[in-house]
Amino acid sequence: MTDRHQVRLRVNGTEHELLVEARRTLADMLRHDLGYTGTNVGCEHGICGACTVRLDGAPVRSCLVFGVQADGAEVRTVEGLADGDDLSDLQQAFRDHHALQCGFCTPGFLMLAEAYLAERGLVPPAPPHGHPPPGADEEPTEAEIRELAASNLCRCTGYQGIVAAMLATARSRHAAARRDPGPAR
Amino acid sequence: MTPPAASAHGPDGRWVGAALTRKEDRRLLQGRGRFVGDMTRAGMLHAAFVRSPFPAAAVTAIDTTAAARMPGVTAVFTSADLGDPYLLATLERDEFMPTRMPLLAGDQVRFAGEPVAMAVAADPYLAEDAAERVEVDWAPGPAVAGLAAAQAGAAPQVHPETSGNCLVDLLMFDDDRLGGIFARAAAVVGGVFTSARVAAVPLEGRACLAEWDDRDGQLVLHVSTQVPHQVRSGVAQALGVPERAVRVVAPDVGGGFGLKCVVGREEVAIAAASLRLRRPVRWTEDRQENLSASFHGHEQRYQVRAAFDGAGRILGLDAEIDCDVGAYSAYPFTCAVEPLMAASELPGIYKVPAYRARGRGIATHKAPTAPYRGVSRPQIVLVMERLMEKAAAELGLDPLDTRRRNMIGPGEFPYAGVNGISYDEGSYRESLDLAEQRVAQAGWLAERDRLRADGLRAGIGYACFSERTAYGTPTMSLRRMRMTPGYDTASVRMDPTGEVIVTTGTCAHGQGHETTFAQIVADRLGVHPDHVRLRQGDTDLASYGWGTFASRSVVIGGGAAARAAEQVADQLRAAAGHLLEASAADVELHGGMARIRGDARAAVPLAEIARLVHFQTHALPEEVRYGLEARASYDPPGTFSNACHAALVAIDPGTGQVSVLRYLVVEDCGVVINPLIVDGQVLGGVTQGVAAALYERICYDAEGQPVSTTLMDYLVPTAAEMCPVEVIHLQTPSAFSESGAKGMGEGGMIGAPATVLNAVNDALAGAGAGFDHIPVLPEEVCAALAAAGTGPAGAGPDGAGGAAGGGAPAGRDAGTTGEDA
Repeated sequence: MTDRHQVRLRVNGTEHELLVEARRTLADMLRHDLGYTGTNVGCEHGICGACTVRLDGAPVRSCLVFGVQADGAEVRTVEGLADGDDLSDLQQAFRDHHALQCGFCTPGFLMLAEAYLAERGLVPPAPPHGHPPPGADEEPTEAEIRELAASNLCRCTGYQGIVAAMLATARSRHAAARRDPGPAR
Repeated sequence: MTPPAASAHGPDGRWVGAALTRKEDRRLLQGRGRFVGDMTRAGMLHAAFVRSPFPAAAVTAIDTTAAARMPGVTAVFTSADLGDPYLLATLERDEFMPTRMPLLAGDQVRFAGEPVAMAVAADPYLAEDAAERVEVDWAPGPAVAGLAAAQAGAAPQVHPETSGNCLVDLLMFDDDRLGGIFARAAAVVGGVFTSARVAAVPLEGRACLAEWDDRDGQLVLHVSTQVPHQVRSGVAQALGVPERAVRVVAPDVGGGFGLKCVVGREEVAIAAASLRLRRPVRWTEDRQENLSASFHGHEQRYQVRAAFDGAGRILGLDAEIDCDVGAYSAYPFTCAVEPLMAASELPGIYKVPAYRARGRGIATHKAPTAPYRGVSRPQIVLVMERLMEKAAAELGLDPLDTRRRNMIGPGEFPYAGVNGISYDEGSYRESLDLAEQRVAQAGWLAERDRLRADGLRAGIGYACFSERTAYGTPTMSLRRMRMTPGYDTASVRMDPTGEVIVTTGTCAHGQGHETTFAQIVADRLGVHPDHVRLRQGDTDLASYGWGTFASRSVVIGGGAAARAAEQVADQLRAAAGHLLEASAADVELHGGMARIRGDARAAVPLAEIARLVHFQTHALPEEVRYGLEARASYDPPGTFSNACHAALVAIDPGTGQVSVLRYLVVEDCGVVINPLIVDGQVLGGVTQGVAAALYERICYDAEGQPVSTTLMDYLVPTAAEMCPVEVIHLQTPSAFSESGAKGMGEGGMIGAPATVLNAVNDALAGAGAGFDHIPVLPEEVCAALAAAGTGPAGAGPDGAGGAAGGGAPAGRDAGTTGEDA
């Protein structure tokens, strides 16, 4: 149980190599071994989603993934969203729509939304050239975004601002993708 | 310094009223918030608690030897190891029995989850391993898990000194005319109204990090709390040290909702461990602990009768109120907080001429209770709004007109209530009128008809209420707590570069006080809010203050800050008058400048005044020397905000699922400091209220075992359960508030349960069902429809009335799974 295993991974583009116990969660490894404390832990049983990070692009509950499972993976956390002090469009939308109060669940919602938007081909700041966004034909709907937001829990906001911020970002990225779809595949 | 945001002023050119985006957001959005769990110290240790698996048991032996010998384990503490310290919450009332809450239970445990030992190790995983190796000999005994069981004749007593497990018994009001009033009434309505035990569930559980500072001779406790000074007092009292020797700092706090406005035994135990080990020790509560071993609330039963005349006017009100308060009184508010609030405020916005109310706090072998958001107001509003519906149905009146007939109306403020409370100016009638209009304009009635035509049950419900907020010691002292909260103190100072620093004893945990306090102070000093920085949550920085709870902070803390800022503004005007050779009375502060009224050229930047006052003070006259700084306190009597809520719900008759489709709030919290933040508080509160009405309940089995200890069992609603909420503001400024603002942190939660319940009952009208309890569960809806033998298509009456009377109350022994009812 206390044997340590070597793990190599990239977090927000930075290479890390460390030894961790097999039982150590990815959340604890990111927060306490690597110092990415922006990812918060709310329930440790996979319901609240506060600890959501992207593991090779996909949104995962980092409390339900062991650190050793991230060996060789690319991990994205909330710390990687802003460009220096410039908030991303999604972060700015959260601010504009008052989508956070205590802010504890916020990193999880942001990473959930980014993973969804990437799946839809809606990545910031401009659409990926050479790859027409697969989902860019249809504009994201409020119902779709609300269903997405239902993945995670927030206890402060009542979700209205979160849904509005995610929807506004999805729509603005969608509009940008339509304006500039990039070269055809 | 970040450049000022390009934000618009409020409606009249002031910062108060402007929808500024929050100062807090930037760090939180970038994952740069600082929560307790994010903080580390060199040599830091981690704690885990050994908790009782039994609701009631004698502890006959604890053997920590094996645990303490494990590699990486520094110490394992029992109560005896710590000298049997405890927290004691007390009222100065004969009707109240105090209960010592030991930091770690000694020879007796009183609920499943109660801590009996604490393991401290180099790593949290190792600390949990060690906690599992502690060997405890238990002698389980019989437990009482609900009001009925606790009040039964031969019930085991949670505390041996009690009878009927009664910790507090308050006959708050009585009136010998009531007998006659009920005898002569045109209608008598009532029932048994219950609300389940619920949990606050902040996304961040409780957490603390204690460290000893040899240089200052001080224990520094970083804790996720709403009330830093109260934690300091609790630690000092429990551990027998002067308050000076404890510094409590609340960093970013991931939600509280009342759970963190009391002092947790674990927080003090961590402080004790750090004191003994002289090492930093951290503890972060896990969700199972949070749901089963922290604090709950709202488990109440009301047995109520109300007398009405033939015109639907209420004549008398008689209430027996029992609150299942769990095993202990929480420090410092005590277990009387719910029965006191309920009995003193039940009449609410309605003109009740004769009133009797008895409120009791009943101990059970369950987790203790704390003042969760709303504190009895969600329940008393539910009771009164159900009574209005029942009376209207009984007398054949319109339920909204029945409310109008009874509510304190325009021109009747201030109203002296039968409960001794003075209700300040509000818009009770106006908010109801506006809500009814808006519901009609927005097509709710047609939508309800359409849903019914589609085979669903559909209904519309209303609730009208007020919320006493921001009460200082004049009101708090009526509770007769040994520690009477209420006032707050702020300091405001301008540094030599013209930046403004405000300290307060209030402690935001999501409410955005860094932004709203800056707006309040900025207007007084004529600066941009970006140049005002709030320092909160640190007992070494701020004067003694009571923290953030009871919708008090912006009114009381913000009021103190406004008063202190006004004094600094006077200092600035005096200095500017000297520099510009004019009378201070002619100086205006605006846009970062001091100007002479009527002289466009006579102006000096405030930053220049600040520089001169600090660095060239010898050149100034005596009265404007030595800094720009002031301290002020505020201690108002309290002020009532009010609202009317409306909801449209649909019920699937096949599954019994209730969906809230539309929700409207017409609210009046006086002067709105920041509409973005006010809306946020309303929306979050409504969501918690809808949750209490339809989803959430902490369940114990009949033996007292908690059975909702994960978020798979305790159903916090997601975005899928919520619909968009429309919020309309009325603004009746308060005379009992420096800024004219009224508190509004709890109103959403207070109004929503009654609103949803009335809507559900409207949807079930004609099916013979009338629910008087929350939460209403799908199986209960199905059972009600089956019992009525009604088909899926509802053919109920079109009014917003719920069915009155008609069979036994559907309420359960609140909060249990029903086995011990």
